Amino acid sequence: MEKHITLPLTEELAKTLRAGDRVFLTGTVYTSRDAGHKRMCEALARGEQLPFDPQDATIYYVGPTPAKPGQVIGSAGPTTSGRMDAYAPTLMSVGARGMIGKGARLPEVVEAMKKYSGVYFGAIGGAGALLAKCIKSAELIAYEDLGAEALRKLWVQDMPLVVIIDCQGSNLYETGPAAYLAQTE
Amino acid sequence: MREIDVSRITDTVERLCIEANIHLPGDVERAIEACRAREDGAIAADILDNIIENYKIARREEVPICQDTGMACVFLEIGQDVHLTGGDLRQSVDEGVRRGYEKGYLRKSVVADPIRRGNTGDNTPAMLYTEIVPGEQVTITVGPKGFGSENMSAIRMFKPSAGLEGIKAFILETVRNAGPNPCPPMVVGVGIGGTFDKAALLAKKAIMRPLGTHHPDPYYAALEDEMLEKINALGIGPQGFGGRTTAIGLNIETLPTHIAGMPCAINISCHVTRHKTEVL
Repeated sequence: MEKHITLPLTEELAKTLRAGDRVFLTGTVYTSRDAGHKRMCEALARGEQLPFDPQDATIYYVGPTPAKPGQVIGSAGPTTSGRMDAYAPTLMSVGARGMIGKGARLPEVVEAMKKYSGVYFGAIGGAGALLAKCIKSAELIAYEDLGAEALRKLWVQDMPLVVIIDCQGSNLYETGPAAYLAQTE
Repeated sequence: MREIDVSRITDTVERLCIEANIHLPGDVERAIEACRAREDGAIAADILDNIIENYKIARREEVPICQDTGMACVFLEIGQDVHLTGGDLRQSVDEGVRRGYEKGYLRKSVVADPIRRGNTGDNTPAMLYTEIVPGEQVTITVGPKGFGSENMSAIRMFKPSAGLEGIKAFILETVRNAGPNPCPPMVVGVGIGGTFDKAALLAKKAIMRPLGTHHPDPYYAALEDEMLEKINALGIGPQGFGGRTTAIGLNIETLPTHIAGMPCAINISCHVTRHKTEVL
């Protein structure tokens, strides 16, 4: 099913999304990957605030290329989400609900998604030039020293995504290939 | 004896780093388009359309195809009748990478230490391979390699008794384990034989070989076709969402090996398999 949705990703909105839905996402997302996640979780462990309000927030796992003159951002496709599995449940526990990336997640992430009504969206891995077209503004908000891994606030418009895992734990990586094989039998 | 100043190597590496990251090789584009024509998965066909649109945007607007502009794998085939002058070869290659990644607005993705990390800030050092060959030319190939797929690669030291069936099972196991992580559709490079290290290098060379070409030995050429078909019967599909197109190509490279062994390395690459070659 094709859906146009606008962020923030409230619990009510999250519960309407199902694995396999094709989604066009509009609104604010925050970028973070390996080193940024480590820092955010260390900050939370020290009792500090995150650089953004995590409530109903969506995090895009991306380390873009540098913007050329005149560009909002360089190429900006998703990185492999599994490396953020160690941190994702902690971020969901403080309110972050949406995750955009690619690749498999651990069972403990899926359990956290069921508990906190999280949604895991897939962007097309390797389609960095195409996805950059949906990013209308980019602002560096923290961890500038991390370069490509710095924390950025993005405004995205009609970003083409697929719901991979929904808040009930249904997983397109399991159902999609199985459905295809059944169709070809 | 022909003299070549290493500054020419710097200039060429710089240009190849930029061009390889912006222009997908024609053989890879043709393979993706042929797979799109055959794809019968619902989401899969749309994903392949987006992948094709992506590399067309990159080419038109001169931006990187993928944000993971990779580690710069540089292969130099140096003619034995060439005398390299004007400086240190290793430094000249790294300088080319440094300039290319800066001028081309490419991402700097290299850390100085594997455990303690710390970005080097200029994407150096290059992963440099040199080979001395007959003649008086220098052939330079740059293959920027992303790590979403590199991380899904594998190597195994088989007993010879494992035979062909062992190799086949290992290829399918590695692709199945990789699943959606390496941004399928993938390119699969298989290196069989040699030593532990040579098998891995063969696998890397296999992903640099143009798609649609075959191993010169008909035995391995047939194995390439058979394994590509078997991979595409797994149902993983583009991005792992289900479909026919799990891999757009599979190349095998081989070497003689020891009586006691049968090393096999599998280097996984993605649909943005980049390589560009120039001869000096």
